[in-house]
Amino acid sequence: MSERSRPLSPHLQVYSFQWPMLLSITHRFTGVGLAGGAIVLVWWLIALAIGPEYFAFAQTILGSWIGRLLLLGWTWATFYHLCNGIRHLCWDAGWGFEIRTAWTTGMIVVVVSVLLTVAAWMVAYAARGG
Amino acid sequence: MSVRTPLARARGLGAAHGGTHHWWTQRATAVVMVPLVLWFAFSLAALGPADHATASAWLAHPVNAVLALVLIAAMFHHLHLGLQVVIEDYVHSRWVKFATLILQKFITIIFGFGAAFAVLKIALS
Repeated sequence: MSERSRPLSPHLQVYSFQWPMLLSITHRFTGVGLAGGAIVLVWWLIALAIGPEYFAFAQTILGSWIGRLLLLGWTWATFYHLCNGIRHLCWDAGWGFEIRTAWTTGMIVVVVSVLLTVAAWMVAYAARGG
Repeated sequence: MSVRTPLARARGLGAAHGGTHHWWTQRATAVVMVPLVLWFAFSLAALGPADHATASAWLAHPVNAVLALVLIAAMFHHLHLGLQVVIEDYVHSRWVKFATLILQKFITIIFGFGAAFAVLKIALS
């Protein structure tokens, strides 16, 4: 079959900016980012399976400032994708399509994802100190 | 008037030749991951900079090992379906799309099995 470029309908450029569209693309970005995080998770599990020496090395890498920065990003991405995923499931069930509701639930998703991120890191730093 | 054959109409699959399996599987794996991800994320946070003995003792506990395996299965199935949709949306060249989809499938399977094997090795040793 020959491939030719067909005319495309207008895309992002014709719409004025609204918060829900940023939340929407963020769901996809965090999803792809978390796929990268899954690779790091596999590396961490393999390191644990290899033995104490290599695992200590992995923990040092993840505990460095850049490692912690990446983990912080993945923590928030996890909770954002989880919360917004629940929002998507509500839409699938037919609930929450009203514009006002969609804005409110979007706001809740952002706030709860940040709170969960803070909670997880408080647990992590408590473990580090203890 | 429909130009579909009676068999095609009975199957009800339309031009995509597929049903709602992809959609349902993505939702089912999402639902199962809601509690599992919360449990796993906070467990890893509580482990923090744990040494090898602490971390492997935690993962070797039968409850944690089984839940981790279920999470790995759901996670890799879910991310495979998600990445597939992303590739289908943005890669338009037929053969590049085909190659990327197959490559993505292989890589996902390798990493998924790697994760599961690591958990089993720790749990069973």
